[in-house]
Amino acid sequence: MKALPRLCMMLAIAGILSLFLFPMWKIILYAPQYPTGVQMNIWINKIDGTEPGTLQNVNILNHYVGMKFIEPDSIPELTYFPMVILGMAVLGLIALLINRPWSYLSWMIIMIILSAIGFYDFYLWEYDYGHNLSDTAPIKIPGASFQPPLFGTKIIVNFTAVSFHISEGIWLVRVSFSVSLHIGSDANCPDANPDLTDHLADRCL
Amino acid sequence: MKTTKSFFFWSMSAFTLLLLAGLLASCGGGQGKAGPSAVSGDAASAVYVPPGQYDEFYAFMSGGFSGQVGVYGLPSGRMLRVIPVFSVDAEKGYGFNEETKPMLETSFGFVPWDDAHHPELSQTNGETDGRYLFINGNNTPRIARIDLTTFETAEIIEIPNSGGNHSSPFTTENTEYVVAGTRFSVPYPQKDVAINTYAENFKGVLSFISVDKEDGDMDISFQVLLPAFDYDLAHSGKGDSHGWTFFTTYNTEMKNTLLEVGASQNDKDYIAAVNWKLAEKYIAEGKSKEIPANYRDNSYDDKTHMATSKKVDKVRVLLPEDCPGLVYFLPTPKSPHGVDVDPTGEYIVGSGKLSADLTVHSFKKMLAAIENKAFETTISGIPVLKYEEVVAGVVKEPGLGPLHTEFDGNGNAYTTFFISSEVVKWKVGTWEVLDRVPTFYSVGHLMIPGGDSKKPQGKYLVALNKITKDRYLPTGPELTQSAQLYDITGDKMKMLLDFPTIGEPHYAQGISADRIVPKSKKFYPLEENQHPYKALGEKDSRVERSGKDVHVYMTTIRSHFSPDNIEGIKVGDRVYFHVTNLEQDWDVPHGFAIQGANNAELLIMPGQTETLVWYPKNEGVFPFYCTDFCSALHQEMQGYVRVSSASSSTPLVWSLGEPEPAQ
Repeated sequence: MKALPRLCMMLAIAGILSLFLFPMWKIILYAPQYPTGVQMNIWINKIDGTEPGTLQNVNILNHYVGMKFIEPDSIPELTYFPMVILGMAVLGLIALLINRPWSYLSWMIIMIILSAIGFYDFYLWEYDYGHNLSDTAPIKIPGASFQPPLFGTKIIVNFTAVSFHISEGIWLVRVSFSVSLHIGSDANCPDANPDLTDHLADRCL
Repeated sequence: MKTTKSFFFWSMSAFTLLLLAGLLASCGGGQGKAGPSAVSGDAASAVYVPPGQYDEFYAFMSGGFSGQVGVYGLPSGRMLRVIPVFSVDAEKGYGFNEETKPMLETSFGFVPWDDAHHPELSQTNGETDGRYLFINGNNTPRIARIDLTTFETAEIIEIPNSGGNHSSPFTTENTEYVVAGTRFSVPYPQKDVAINTYAENFKGVLSFISVDKEDGDMDISFQVLLPAFDYDLAHSGKGDSHGWTFFTTYNTEMKNTLLEVGASQNDKDYIAAVNWKLAEKYIAEGKSKEIPANYRDNSYDDKTHMATSKKVDKVRVLLPEDCPGLVYFLPTPKSPHGVDVDPTGEYIVGSGKLSADLTVHSFKKMLAAIENKAFETTISGIPVLKYEEVVAGVVKEPGLGPLHTEFDGNGNAYTTFFISSEVVKWKVGTWEVLDRVPTFYSVGHLMIPGGDSKKPQGKYLVALNKITKDRYLPTGPELTQSAQLYDITGDKMKMLLDFPTIGEPHYAQGISADRIVPKSKKFYPLEENQHPYKALGEKDSRVERSGKDVHVYMTTIRSHFSPDNIEGIKVGDRVYFHVTNLEQDWDVPHGFAIQGANNAELLIMPGQTETLVWYPKNEGVFPFYCTDFCSALHQEMQGYVRVSSASSSTPLVWSLGEPEPAQ
C-alpha cells in the first residue's frame, strides 16, 4: 500500500491548486430588500461576486457606515498568496519525489503553519474593514462592528451575513488529514492491518 | 292636427324605444345588472396571489387613447407597469429627454400622442414567444415594437399612404410580417381634391411590415392598393392558411359623409383575403413598383441609449390588377368588425356587427372556390367569391353586436357582443351556443392568453369593457374602463374579478410568465454604454462649455451626484445635463430634476445615460435633486447650479465634496 500516501499527496496538491478554480471564501449578505442576497467571493487572486456589479454594490452599502472601499488592486495578498500556493504545490511535488514519510510530514507542517498565518491575516483584514471606520461616516452606530464572521452567521445591523469556506477548504482539511493518517499508518503497520488500510482508503477518497 | 300628429309620432317612438330596450335585455341572455351576484363559488381565492408571489400570466393591455401599454398580472389583475409608447410620459422622461424625442418624430414632425389599440405578441411556429409586443398607433398611422427584455419601446415605424391605422398589427405565424390596414381611405397619393370625389380619388392601402428574425427591425416590405373601403381589423392565417392575411371591411358603399347610415346599407361587406406569399413571388418577379413616400422609422439603441429617426422616401406597391390571385373578397354580412382565425387555421370568423348571426368561412372552401372560379363579380380586378361557396357555418342568433372572437385550444370559440354586453361560448364546427356570461358593460375585445395563436393557453378569459357606470366608486364625470376575468376551464364560464385599466383597453395579449421572466433585463452593463456623452466613473464627470452650450457630464450613485456644485453657468445658456447612472444593481434607478426645467425629469436606469436640457433664465442658485427614492440618504442627494448674468466672468467650475484641508 505504498501508493496511498503518494495518491493522497497528489490529491493535496490538486486540492490547493483548485484554489485557482473556486473561490476560497464567500460571504452572502441578506436583507429584506436583498431577498436573494448579495454574494461576494474572495478568490486566491481576486474578489468578485455572483453579479458583475457585486463589489460595487457591497462598497455602496459599506460606505454608509464609513467602511473602507474594497479595492482588489490595493490588497497585496491577492498578488502573493497565489505565489505561496504555487510554491507549496512545487514543494508537494518535491515531497512526492522524495517519497518518504518525513517529506510528507514536513510539507504538511509547513502547510498548516501557512494556513494558520493565512487565516490570521484574513482575520486582521476583516477586523480592519469592520472596525476602522471613517470619522465622517453618514451613519454612525455606537459600539457597532461591521466585521463579517470568518465562518458561520452573524447579524450586522440590518443584514444577516453568512460566511463559509467552500469545498476546497474542506478538501484541504480532508486531504491533509488523510496524508497525516497515512504517514502514521505507513510508519506503523500498513500491511498487517488490511481492514484499517481499506478504512483509510475510504477516508482518503 | 299637426300637434296631434307629432304627439302620436313621439309616443310611438318612445314605445318603440322601450320595446327595443326590453328586447335587448331579454335577448342574448342579458341578465341586466347582476352586480356582485355574478360571482359564484370561491372566486376570491382563485384570483388571490399572496404578497411576494408572482402571477401566472402577463397581460398586455392597450392604453387606448393614453397611447401607452398597461402591463398587468393575471389572475390578480395587479398593474405592474405602464410602458410609454406613443405618448410622452413625464414620469419616465419619455419624449422629454433628448434620447427619446426622436421616437415620436413623424412626417408631420413631433407627435406627442396617439391612440393605441391592438397589442400583438410576436410568435414562433404560431406560438407566442415572449420576444416582442407590437401595437398600432391609430391616429398618425404607426406601429411600435416593444422589447420584452426591457419593457421599453424599441422601434416606431410610420405607415405612409394610410389614414387611421386600425387593422393592425396582427402578426403572421413566425412574425414574418405585422400588418397595417387603413381604416380611413385617403387620396392616393395625398392631394388636394374635393371630398366628394371619394370614389374616384381615394384608395385603401394594406401594408405588410417585415420583422427581422434576429433583431426585430421593422421595414415596410410592400403595400397593396385596394378600393376605398374602410379596413377594420385583421388576423393572419395559421397552419394551412399560413401565407394569407384576412382584413375586414366596411363602408363598401364608399360614402364620405354620415357613414352611420351610409355605410350600413349593403347586405354584405367583405373580408379581404391577401395571399402574402404570392406577393413575395410577384415582388421577386418585378411586378411591384416603387413610389415616392415620406415616413419615419425610429429606433432606440440599448447600447447608445439613444433613439434615431430615419427618413424613408419610397415604398413598394402592388396593384391587384397586375397581380392575379393576390386578393379575394369574401362576402360577409353587415359591416364585419373582428376577423379571427381558429387555432387550426381552417375557420375564419367574421363578426358582422350589425348582423344577427355570426358568419364562419372555411379556408378549404375558399381555396376550392378560387380553384372553381366561383366568383360573384370583380371589383377593381379583385374577384368576389360566392358567399355560399365559402361559408362553413353560421352561429345562429348568438347575441347582439358581435365584435371579436378568441379560442381556448379545445375546439371552443368565445365571442363578445357589444350591444348585449356578454361573452358567448360556442363550438367550432357545430356552431352551437354552449354558454353565455354577462359583462359590465359593453364589452369590446376579449383576450385568452395565446387565444389568437395556434396554441392558446386557455385558462382565463379577459373581457375588455368600454363602460363601467356603477361598478366602482364614482370619480366625477370621467370613469375608468375595466377588464373582467373569467375562469374558462369548466363547461361554464365563471366570473372571477373585475379591475380598472388605463385609457381604453381595446385589445390585449396574454402570455404565461415563464416565457418572459428568464429574459427580463435587470440593468444595463456600464461597459456596454456607448452614449456619446457618457461618464463611466466620477473621474469622468466634468463640465464643458462650447459657446452658449454647456455640457454637464454627470454621474449618480447612492447617494450623490458628481459634480454637485456647478458655477459659471450664464443666463441665456443651453445646459445639457448628461446623467449616467453608475449603479449596477437591479431596481436602483436615479431621478434628476432641476428647478424651472421646461420639460420633465430624467429617470435613469442603472448603466444608462440620459440627457435633460435646461435653459437658465434668471440669475441665482438653483437646486437639483434625485426624484426616485434610491437609498437611506436619498434626501441628501442634491446639488446646486449657480447662474450668473450673461456678461459675468464667473469661472466655470464644478466639484463634489469639500477639498482636503491644507496640512
